[in-house]
Amino acid sequence: MAKESTFTNMVLTLFLVTLAASTALGFIYELTKQPIAESKMRKKNAAIQKVVPEYSNQPNSEAYQVGVNGDSLMVYPAKQDGKLVGVAISSFTTKGYSGRIRVMVGFKPDGTIENISVLQHQETPGLGDKIDKSKSDWSQQFNGKNPSDFQLKVTKDGGDVDAITAATISSRAYCDAVERAYQAFKKGGLQ
Amino acid sequence: MKQWENFSKGFIRDNPVFVLFLGLCPTLAVTTSAYNGLGMGLATTFVLVMSNLVVSIIKNLIPGKVRIPTFIVVIASFVTMVEMLTQAFVPDLYEQLGIFIPLIVVNCLVLGRSEAFASKNDIFSAIIDGLGMGLGFALALTVLGAVREVLGSGSLTLIPDVAEFTIYQGDGMLVFVLAPGAFLALGYLIMLADKLKKKMY
Repeated sequence: MAKESTFTNMVLTLFLVTLAASTALGFIYELTKQPIAESKMRKKNAAIQKVVPEYSNQPNSEAYQVGVNGDSLMVYPAKQDGKLVGVAISSFTTKGYSGRIRVMVGFKPDGTIENISVLQHQETPGLGDKIDKSKSDWSQQFNGKNPSDFQLKVTKDGGDVDAITAATISSRAYCDAVERAYQAFKKGGLQ
Repeated sequence: MKQWENFSKGFIRDNPVFVLFLGLCPTLAVTTSAYNGLGMGLATTFVLVMSNLVVSIIKNLIPGKVRIPTFIVVIASFVTMVEMLTQAFVPDLYEQLGIFIPLIVVNCLVLGRSEAFASKNDIFSAIIDGLGMGLGFALALTVLGAVREVLGSGSLTLIPDVAEFTIYQGDGMLVFVLAPGAFLALGYLIMLADKLKKKMY
C-alpha cells in the first residue's frame, strides 16, 4: 500500500506531481489557444453582423475605444466600399436584476438604432430574460428609433420605452446599456 | 461479472446524486435543461475516469500523508483541461455551464472515488468505476434537467438543433427553471429512484 512518509519523499512526490501536471496543462493550453481565440472572434463577428447593415471591411481590426463617464466602450465601424454604413458599439450595464448585462448596439451613421443584441445576461428566466430576442420581441421597439428624439427610459421614468411587465428593473438596465452606447456614439462614433 | 457490478452500481444502487447525494451543487445549479445536465455529466465523467486512472497508477508511489494534496492536483489538472477544451470546441456549452466547470474540482464525487476506490483498486477496476459513476451522474443530471425543462419551459433539448423538441407551447411552470424547482424536482426523483432501487435489489 502507501509508502512510508518521510520529509524528503513527500516534498519530492509533490514536486514531481505538480511538475507533471503543469507540463500537461501547458501542452493543452498551447493546443487550445488558437481555437479559443477563433471561437471568441467568431462570436464577436456574429454579434456585429446582427446589428449593423451589410459591410465589407473587418470591423474587428478597425475597432477603437471611446471613453464614457470613466468607462471605455469598444466601437466597431462597419464600412461598405470604404463608406461608413454603421457602427456596432459593445456596451454594458451593472444595473441588471442579477449581474452585468452586455449588449451590442448597432447605429446607422445618423444615430438611428439599427438593431441590438444581448451578448450576456443572467436575468430571471420568464421575466427579465425577455430582453433577449430569442425569448420575446420586446427589444424590437428600439429598432429604427433615434435616441435624439426617443427618450431611452421606461415610461414610468418619463421616457418612451414600454417596460416588460413585471421586469421594470431589467428594462431600466437595458435602457441604461443602450443609452451608454449612444453616449459613446455621440462622442466618437463617426471617426 | 465483478467488473459489470463496478460499472452498473453507479446507475441505480449507488447513484451519486439519488443515493449517495454527492455533487449536489452542480446538480441543482446547472440542470435548467437536459443538454446542460448532459454536458455537465459528461465533463464530470471525463474528469472522474482520468483522475481514477492516474490515481490508481500512482497509488503505490505516493506517501500516505500527502495523498490528498496529490489527488487534488491530479483532479484540478484534468478539470482545467476540460475547461480549456470545452471553451475551444463547444463554446456554447462552456457559456451555459460557466463557473460550474472549474467547480468540478470541489465536487466531492471525484475526490470521493479517488480516495475510496481508485487508491485501493487496480487500474482497470478504477477506470470502470469512474465510467460507471460518471455515467450514473450524467444520467441523473440529464433526467433532472429533462424534467425541469419540460415542466418549466415546455421543450426538451438533448443536443441543440439536432435533438430539440417542443412539448407544448407557452411559458410553462416557471418555478421549475428557477432554484426552488430544482429542489422540488430532485426530491421527487430521489423518491422514484428509491422505489426503483428497492424493487431491483
